[in-house]
Amino acid sequence: MTHHDLMRFLFGRLSLDAIPYQEPILVWTFVGVAIVGAAVFGYITYKRAWIYLYKEWFCSIDHKKIGVMYLVLGLVMLLRGFSDAILMRIQQAIAFGGSTGYLEPHHYDQIFTAHGVIMIFFVAMPLITGLMNYVVPLQIGARDVAFPFLNNFSFWMTTAGAMLVMASLFIGEFARTGWLAYPPLSGIAYSPDVGVDYYIWSLQIAGIGTLLSGVNILATIIKMRAPGMTLMRMPIFTWTALCTNVLIVAAFPVLTAVLVLLSLDRYAGMDFFSNDFGGNAMMYVNLIWIWGHPEVYILILPVFGVFSEVVSTFSGKRLFGYASMVYATIVITILSYLVWLHHFFTMGSGASVNSFFGITTMIISIPTGAKMFNWLFTMYHGRIRFELPMLWTMGFMITFVVGGMTGVLLAVPPADFVLHNSLFLVAHFHNVIIGGVVFGAFAGITYWFPKATGFQLDPFWGKLSFWFWFSGFWFAFTPLYVLGLMGVTRRMGHFDDPSLQIWFRIAAFGALLIFLGIISFIVQLVVSIRNREALRDLTGDPWNGRTLEWSTSSPPPEYNFAFTPHVFDQDAWWDMKTRGSERPTTGFKPIHMPKSTSAGLVLAVLSAICGFGLIWHIWWMAIVGFVSVIATAIFHTFNTDRDFHIPAEEVVRVEDQRSRLLAHQV
Amino acid sequence: MFVRVLQKSLVLLLTSATLAGCNAVVLHPAGDVALQQRNLVVVSTLMMLLIILPVMALTLIFAWRYRHSNTKAVYKPDWHHSTQLELVIWSAPLLIIIALGALTWVGTHMLDPYRPIDRLEAGRAVPKGTKPLNVQVVALDWKWLFIYPDYGIATVNELAAPIDVPINFKITSSTVMNSFFVPALAGQIYAMPAMETQLHAVINRTGEYEGFSANYSGAGFSDMRFAFHGMSAADFERWVAAIKAGGGTLEREDYLKLDRPSVRDPVQHYASVAANLYDAILNLCVDKTKMCVHDMMAIDARGGLGLAAAYNISRLSYDLPRTRSDAPAPRREYVTALCAADPDPIAGSTSRPLVSSALASPLPNGASVRFAP
Repeated sequence: MTHHDLMRFLFGRLSLDAIPYQEPILVWTFVGVAIVGAAVFGYITYKRAWIYLYKEWFCSIDHKKIGVMYLVLGLVMLLRGFSDAILMRIQQAIAFGGSTGYLEPHHYDQIFTAHGVIMIFFVAMPLITGLMNYVVPLQIGARDVAFPFLNNFSFWMTTAGAMLVMASLFIGEFARTGWLAYPPLSGIAYSPDVGVDYYIWSLQIAGIGTLLSGVNILATIIKMRAPGMTLMRMPIFTWTALCTNVLIVAAFPVLTAVLVLLSLDRYAGMDFFSNDFGGNAMMYVNLIWIWGHPEVYILILPVFGVFSEVVSTFSGKRLFGYASMVYATIVITILSYLVWLHHFFTMGSGASVNSFFGITTMIISIPTGAKMFNWLFTMYHGRIRFELPMLWTMGFMITFVVGGMTGVLLAVPPADFVLHNSLFLVAHFHNVIIGGVVFGAFAGITYWFPKATGFQLDPFWGKLSFWFWFSGFWFAFTPLYVLGLMGVTRRMGHFDDPSLQIWFRIAAFGALLIFLGIISFIVQLVVSIRNREALRDLTGDPWNGRTLEWSTSSPPPEYNFAFTPHVFDQDAWWDMKTRGSERPTTGFKPIHMPKSTSAGLVLAVLSAICGFGLIWHIWWMAIVGFVSVIATAIFHTFNTDRDFHIPAEEVVRVEDQRSRLLAHQV
Repeated sequence: MFVRVLQKSLVLLLTSATLAGCNAVVLHPAGDVALQQRNLVVVSTLMMLLIILPVMALTLIFAWRYRHSNTKAVYKPDWHHSTQLELVIWSAPLLIIIALGALTWVGTHMLDPYRPIDRLEAGRAVPKGTKPLNVQVVALDWKWLFIYPDYGIATVNELAAPIDVPINFKITSSTVMNSFFVPALAGQIYAMPAMETQLHAVINRTGEYEGFSANYSGAGFSDMRFAFHGMSAADFERWVAAIKAGGGTLEREDYLKLDRPSVRDPVQHYASVAANLYDAILNLCVDKTKMCVHDMMAIDARGGLGLAAAYNISRLSYDLPRTRSDAPAPRREYVTALCAADPDPIAGSTSRPLVSSALASPLPNGASVRFAP
């Protein structure tokens, strides 16, 4: 064995050349990340909080803590995804005429790919999964999810995927293919480097997490609702969570399968999607969108649920047309599988095929429109309090309808032929994703924040954040609509026509406003945490809420509910309040709870190691990683020490403390 | 009639009012197909605004009217159902979508890119006996090749057509997916390797327009642009004649050189083009050592080659030899010939020998290829 062979065996394709020290932007980014990372590490060490974090959070299988960790992951990754956005906006604002800007295609193409992947998989998905994780068990009166360990495992798998994407920033490179990695471009011939492999394995690992979390929440909603909570008495957010998880369970295996096929092309010399031996890239495009279209409904349905809760709570009114809302959600769930081809009308299917998919797409706008009207008529004859969650909801209602309209426009195939792949399309999907998913996530976070922490968010910085985001969105994306109508296509690194530049500058200004929005949000968190005593909410029900999560304390006790509530109405807590039902203060029993475990964290770390080995062709590492994942999983099945009882005295102590606080409050 | 006039004036109003200052080519195209697509964009938008504008207005009105401080407004905390309202909120979008769906069905069929156009402009049918202009389009890394089979010429990064003559495009790609798009002329369609898409269009005004790839295809994508010239018939004939006089040939070897990745290629003209070059490109067999896709499919359709297919591994490997890696292509081992000990790999079969164009060159070692019956 020569030296070269040995190095090849030990490190695969990995060498010192993979560290991008010749790219100043990346070097400075690394320096920045290292400083911040060291500061956080130092702070945690200084506070001697590592053991606390590890025991109480990382190994926790409490759905509330996992929900919070998902939200933190989503917000941290938002910073990364948004940095990419800013880099792109600056590049497109200056790369005119002879100038090719400050980013080479090699770098720029990675940035727009990473931006899309991160924003969808590691920002939007964790944010909505976090909200569902936190809220659903509380809304249905359960003490945890159906499979608490799986929940922790899912979270860490998602995090492991995110970490692989982050690693690609400093070790090697990310894909240069666009966020869906269409072959043949993503095949081994045209993307010979590690970028696409990072893409594949980060999504595969995170995908396992998403799929398992889908199974988990689905089972939770089906099996663990409080007595009396029939399906048609479920809070609307739980309904949308149910439908979203149906979509996850049905759609994510398709993504897994199509990425397996792409990996076989890249690793095993197979030719599903290459030009060789009759491979056909059109199959990939179909398959990835059969996952991809339901994916956008996976993201939007839960935030529709958030808006429903928020509108009803802050209008002080029962939701208008609950049944119609439920059926609209179900119709969207089903139809979302019948529209995938509208992402590639321009591939040249026949007119009848294109019309079919165009019209099914338009039909989705009917239930969506019905939802919009239901929110409107919930406000009608209401008493609307413009607290932060309601502000985000209003911003959503104004913004989202425009995105919906341009979406239906793009569903008309001949119109799509002139607008497809243009900046008009880019403006459209940011319109629905920012105006819908992001605004919805912020509405949800600001709505349930006092529930999770026991204190309110500072309204001043929150309002500032909202207005920056709202105006920033319109400044950033109206120019893109215009540019699309000027025939400007997406993913361009530089432009010849100087008359376009002004529009890109306006868009860059919009991105700056959004940046201020993000900063304001961070400031809001910091200010609120510092003023937490003044902002403290002792009632557990700061908004005069309607659903069960507001019946328990803020933050809820580990066991959520000392007694499982009985449900007689769709707005169960509102119903209890109006009937004047008393909170039980005696007769507490020991509560059976699941026990924390480190298995999820260990499995995810091993999976990430396996993925890293596969990416760099370090086969020994991949094999060791894979075998130890399997071994750990089997070993964990022998762990019978999985549950414990919270003694009755402890329950009594917690509940008595709450009674004192409530009495003090009144 | 009234509806048409109204529609026309609304279209004009909307397109001139918005974006009057900038060069919104999608809203002011120069070709009839793009114009009809523009009209569809505008009409659909107007139809949807019928419902979008009231929703936005109601949102603001309700938010203001039912604000918390306005204690004069009626407050009905338990009002949550109204069958009449439910009927309206489901049927209003439904009606719009029925209308839009009908428009979509008709528009999609009328403007199907595969359908030969039957009019040059509104009210001007294509005259009988008009000979359309045929153009074969190839997306290369990262430039465009246009072959004019009617004239036997070819151009790189420059496309020209006479006005008011139907143009029939046949479109393919050499390596990865691109999208052929001239916004002034007609909507885009993907250019995909080993596959052909079609586009039928017409340009109505002379001028120079932009064309480009609208689907990201790699590092040189941003520069994958070409000029499209709409010319008078006489100018077009002169343009063709000048190219023919200019010399330059595009033989298979020249094409293989052209096919290599390059960025910002200057406009190039070729006075003559190898016979059937486009077909060879489409079938991935410009390089004569490669088997054409249609031959491969013909063999597969008859059940495949069996063991002898091993001969074909290198002949069907198209992508890897052209890897975009800086490093040399990863070494892969191919079977290029079977052992010659047995000249007939399917010995003993009673099959009849195939006389076919499938294999352009004889197999090595005198082996013959047979199909099982």
